[in-house]
Amino acid sequence: MKNRLKVLRAENDFTQADLAEKLEVSRQTVNAIETGKYDPSLPLAFKIARLFGQPIEQIFDDEAS
Amino acid sequence: MNATIKRSIKNLAIWTAAWLVSTAIAVFGPILLWESNTLLSVIFILINVAVGLGMVLANIRHLLSLDEMLQKIQLQAMGITLGVTLIAGIAYSIADTTNVISQDAEISFLVILMGLTYITTSVILNKKYE
Repeated sequence: MKNRLKVLRAENDFTQADLAEKLEVSRQTVNAIETGKYDPSLPLAFKIARLFGQPIEQIFDDEAS
Repeated sequence: MNATIKRSIKNLAIWTAAWLVSTAIAVFGPILLWESNTLLSVIFILINVAVGLGMVLANIRHLLSLDEMLQKIQLQAMGITLGVTLIAGIAYSIADTTNVISQDAEISFLVILMGLTYITTSVILNKKYE
């Protein structure tokens, strides 16, 4: 699954560590989501969407559809 | 790594060290400290089991302190470890009962295999999600 997490993080001037702290996950997890190696659960995806004030579908893109 | 995970790792390390010490006392106590005193052996075996339960609870707390991806890595590592140990353990036991191997099957070999499998899969899976 593609996502715009890295772009949104850069726009908000967050480091991976900053974002990890805000999402209450490890920096390794933030990095894995950004690089598409790990797809977050629905609760974490909603948390990300709330943090950046955008709908989930504008952050995550299911390539299969 | 946040403070909660660091604390749970430290707690798990303390319980693991305590379990190792209690295991060593239960194993070597009858040889080096008390000779054929069954009561002392039973007491230290019970202490070993109680400390082992503490270690299991510390491990559960540690797993719950991890985020969803790190929990997934641990689940995969433990699943692979369980599968490898079960298959190798049964094969090893059959090799013993059918006299394919000359010596008796030792549980310590399985514990070593379990540890090495868990460490190897954890490292590989952590690299995969880096």
